Amino acid sequence: MTWLWGNFPLVVDLTLNHIRLSIIPIVLGFLIAIPLGRVTLTGRFARGTVITAMSLLYTIPSLPLFVILPAILGTRVLSDTNLIVALTIYAVAIMVRATSDAFFSVSGETKQAATAMGFSAWRRFWQVEFPLAGPVMLAGLRVVSVSTIALVSVGVLIGSENLGYLFTNGKQRNNLEEVGVGIVATLLIALLFDLILVAAGRILMPWARVDRAAQRRGKRAVVAAPLAAGGTEPTAAADEVSPRGRA
Amino acid sequence: MNLFLDAIAWIFAPQNWQPGGVSPLPIQDRLLEHLLYTVVAVVIAAAIALPLGFYIGHTGRGRQFVIGFTGAMRALPTLGVLFFLTMVLGALVKGNSGIFWGTTVALVLLAIPSILAGAYAGLESVSRPAIDAARSIGMTEMQILTRVEIPLALPLIIGGLRAGTLQVIATAVIASYAGLGGLGRIISSGIGLNDYDRILGGAILVTAFALVVDALFAIVQRLTRGPGAVSGGRGNRFRRRASRPETVVETPTQERNVTA
Repeated sequence: MTWLWGNFPLVVDLTLNHIRLSIIPIVLGFLIAIPLGRVTLTGRFARGTVITAMSLLYTIPSLPLFVILPAILGTRVLSDTNLIVALTIYAVAIMVRATSDAFFSVSGETKQAATAMGFSAWRRFWQVEFPLAGPVMLAGLRVVSVSTIALVSVGVLIGSENLGYLFTNGKQRNNLEEVGVGIVATLLIALLFDLILVAAGRILMPWARVDRAAQRRGKRAVVAAPLAAGGTEPTAAADEVSPRGRA
Repeated sequence: MNLFLDAIAWIFAPQNWQPGGVSPLPIQDRLLEHLLYTVVAVVIAAAIALPLGFYIGHTGRGRQFVIGFTGAMRALPTLGVLFFLTMVLGALVKGNSGIFWGTTVALVLLAIPSILAGAYAGLESVSRPAIDAARSIGMTEMQILTRVEIPLALPLIIGGLRAGTLQVIATAVIASYAGLGGLGRIISSGIGLNDYDRILGGAILVTAFALVVDALFAIVQRLTRGPGAVSGGRGNRFRRRASRPETVVETPTQERNVTA
């Protein structure tokens, strides 16, 4: 532990920057994935195009994507912008699947009921579809959060200052503790973000919990059922069939 | 666009393919290395993860383990794991083979979650009546596994292998910073030399490599999708949901077209 105590301020600095570099892509990815995910409901062609495009983007390995972006964006190779844009692209690629599933999980009857009550398309989306899609979107967002935080460290190879610095520096100095501290700190950030997301979900979507508790008891929660109809399928993005990490 | 043309010109420049070139050249050597690392790591990872996934999927024991394990592995920073393991194994095994096996262990470790999850989820998704039917006509558990569950789950099993393989290809790129060869060498040497043609050329090569491998897996996945097999691959999750007929009471609004 000697290394950690001697370099504590450095670790704190890198951690804070790591958090900053993670938050932007997570938030941007979520925001961009909402309209893209909703578009997939409009038809087979739109869905096929969006999902395939996202899968292809996700296939591009990270370091190559980091260094390809300067040619497209006109940025310098060693600029944080490349990292943030690349991570946002990955976040969108993962998140669109989740938002698409989430909007699909909102039952047609519920939407028809909203229309019948005179909701405009715009209001129906924000007041009915969006909240009901929440639990599945949250599951996807948790995946995005964890994988983005893990990926940020690769940015050190293109000069970004984050916890990845402890990996390259630790490797150069053959200091195993330094590398270990970097791994643990990354995991702690991921854990913290996950706890925040889960807490936010509980506060913003109390009905999801009621419904799940009811399912556990094997009963039908009469009160919560209409609200949560189809909205709480726990499978979707959480246990994505092939959860692919990233490098 | 000019930058891309320069990079493509760099890729196809004959001197970059000449045997006996300096450091990251010639390109074909790095390509073969990358392929070798990938194949070795995926084969070892599959040898570990497939039997384990089949066991968990068949018996239903250890589901929580798979979900927790794959989630936790996703949080691990690949670069850190890679360096940590190469340093530990590099100290045990001297020289280049230390680096090779260190990175191979890291690549195997990172490929296991996807393959495991694919195998487990594949078996999990096989219809229960099909398995009950197999059991009732007197198949042994082993026969049920090899003749019913695995064939029906094949698209998802291959989907897991596909995800794992792409993970390995991507991680092997950054493994060049741990001293491994492969296509990542071209990018890292380009960054060192501040030669953008080389950086972009290397990046395009890796991307093309990943896309080709992904396409091959997609084809295999499609071929294994026999009658009754569970759907795998992109965007098929909806098809399953859609096949459940809904009772239409009144004239549908437009979303009926989507859900039904």
